[in-house]
Amino acid sequence: MNPAVSSGAVAAKQAPVEVPVGRVFYWSLRREIWENRSIYLVPLGVGVLIVLATAINVMHMAPNLHTQPLDPAMRHDTAESPFIFASLLLMFSAMVVSVFYSVDALYGERRDRSVLFWKSMPVSDTVTVLAKLSIPLLVLPLVTFAVTFVTQVLMLLLAMMRAGAGPASQLALFQMWWSECFHLVAYHGLWWAPFWGWFLLASAWARRAPLLWAVLPPLAIGFGERIAFGTSHFAHWLMFRFVGGMSGPPDAKPMSMGALMPGTPLGFVTDIHVWTGFAMCAVCLALAVYLRRQRGPV
Amino acid sequence: MAYIEARGLRKAYGATIALDGVDLRVEEGRILGLIGPNGAGKTTALNAILGLTPYQGELRVLGRDPWAERNRLMNDVCFIADVAVLPRWMKVSQALDYVAGVHPRFDRAKAEGFLERTSIRRESKVRELSKGMVTQLHLALVMAIDARLLVLDEPTLGLDIIFRKRFYDSLLGDYLDGDRTIVVATHQVEEVEHVLTDLMFIDRGRIVFQSSMDELESRYLELAARPEQLAAARALKPIHERQSLGRAILLFNGVERQQLAALGDVRTPSIADLFLAIVGDGAGQAQGAAR
Repeated sequence: MNPAVSSGAVAAKQAPVEVPVGRVFYWSLRREIWENRSIYLVPLGVGVLIVLATAINVMHMAPNLHTQPLDPAMRHDTAESPFIFASLLLMFSAMVVSVFYSVDALYGERRDRSVLFWKSMPVSDTVTVLAKLSIPLLVLPLVTFAVTFVTQVLMLLLAMMRAGAGPASQLALFQMWWSECFHLVAYHGLWWAPFWGWFLLASAWARRAPLLWAVLPPLAIGFGERIAFGTSHFAHWLMFRFVGGMSGPPDAKPMSMGALMPGTPLGFVTDIHVWTGFAMCAVCLALAVYLRRQRGPV
Repeated sequence: MAYIEARGLRKAYGATIALDGVDLRVEEGRILGLIGPNGAGKTTALNAILGLTPYQGELRVLGRDPWAERNRLMNDVCFIADVAVLPRWMKVSQALDYVAGVHPRFDRAKAEGFLERTSIRRESKVRELSKGMVTQLHLALVMAIDARLLVLDEPTLGLDIIFRKRFYDSLLGDYLDGDRTIVVATHQVEEVEHVLTDLMFIDRGRIVFQSSMDELESRYLELAARPEQLAAARALKPIHERQSLGRAILLFNGVERQQLAALGDVRTPSIADLFLAIVGDGAGQAQGAAR
């Protein structure tokens, strides 16, 4: 049979219809958020907790205006520190959600056999994997920022109820929100792209225990190198990939808004290491797409 | 036009050969039953057709190479796999939204119509539904898709008899329209018996028998031989013989009905009897081979 003739016959019977890839991506993303409600519930929960704790603090503590330090720099730090703390707490929780999400993303669907349903839909493996990647890469940073923003606005209102506009005036609010947004998107999302890619790859590869597949091989390489050659290049490289891009300017205090934004956005997008990171992520994703196509339910 | 065309389809998992040179041709408007024991290669064959597994040999489904073009093929092909595969966390309304979102041929109103007839609530999650209801839901989704080819792999496994009957009734009553093709793999032969237009037996990765139901009815006859006529009946070279309620039941291929009627009670064999005769146990096979 001539394949060209036969596809022609099918086409004549039923004109080819396809859903635009953008819409397929949108629904693939929505279904990830339906399934993994921790993407928004965890940041929301942490945000609510922070606001409640702040409210309790406001109700129980007397205004301590008279203990405010006189030095303007110190006053600024005192006013800023609860906001920094809230922001870091939210970032940390989002990071944990990202790790657990991406390690399970391509494994869970095989374990519960729902992969057979997803594959019965006209959605390519590439679109599926990209939709899953975009959760830690973009969705979680943006959701976390939105929650951080609302949390900090409420904290600000509570602080003003206690002490008037005084302490709040010490904060460079827009600078703070911009730093947080930039830090989340640039570092938690994009700088860590190789990690997200690697976790998705482990998730597509593992027949069981994807978390171990994600964690043990890098550990093995690190220790192997240490034992065999007495060096730790791999460990240093891994540390650089983890925190290298966000080592703040030398003068920034470790727990301050300044440390969240070590460089300019332009500096970030022109950093060669960001792009080599994307390349590593792309290699992992290509392998993950290949594996998703090959592997059936576990 | 052939909806499915395979030539020399092979698939091995390590040393285990799941498909050993399968040739297959399924035309439009057919309902093909793929019958075989567990592990015969049914699911592997269907997975190859659905683009879920790579294979050797030639295979075209609706003119496409399923392994290379799985996602495009799924615009025109639907399948329900052996166990409930709908994600357990999903709400019924989300399933409708999702399929409507990604599938160009899904008619949501139609799916809602099918669901109206069941007790499935829109807010329920799949995990809260009984196994029968999950299958009903999946069938409602699939029947609302205007696909050319529907592949069913043990679709009624684990369902009670009422759901099983309803499943095939809906399929026949609401889905078939003349140019749709259904391929159904099962080892519960009796429930698809009256639905099929074509029959194929698969055993150890090979197709050991294929026939249209019309051809089968005109060619195969089963004789419950009267004891005194048994020797005469055996002389006509039955392809299989078994004992049932003290009488010898002989299966014939291509022997005239009148000729047999003189020797006992003649009837069309059931698929299960034919399957036993052809695939059967080792003895049946040896006997078949000897002839």
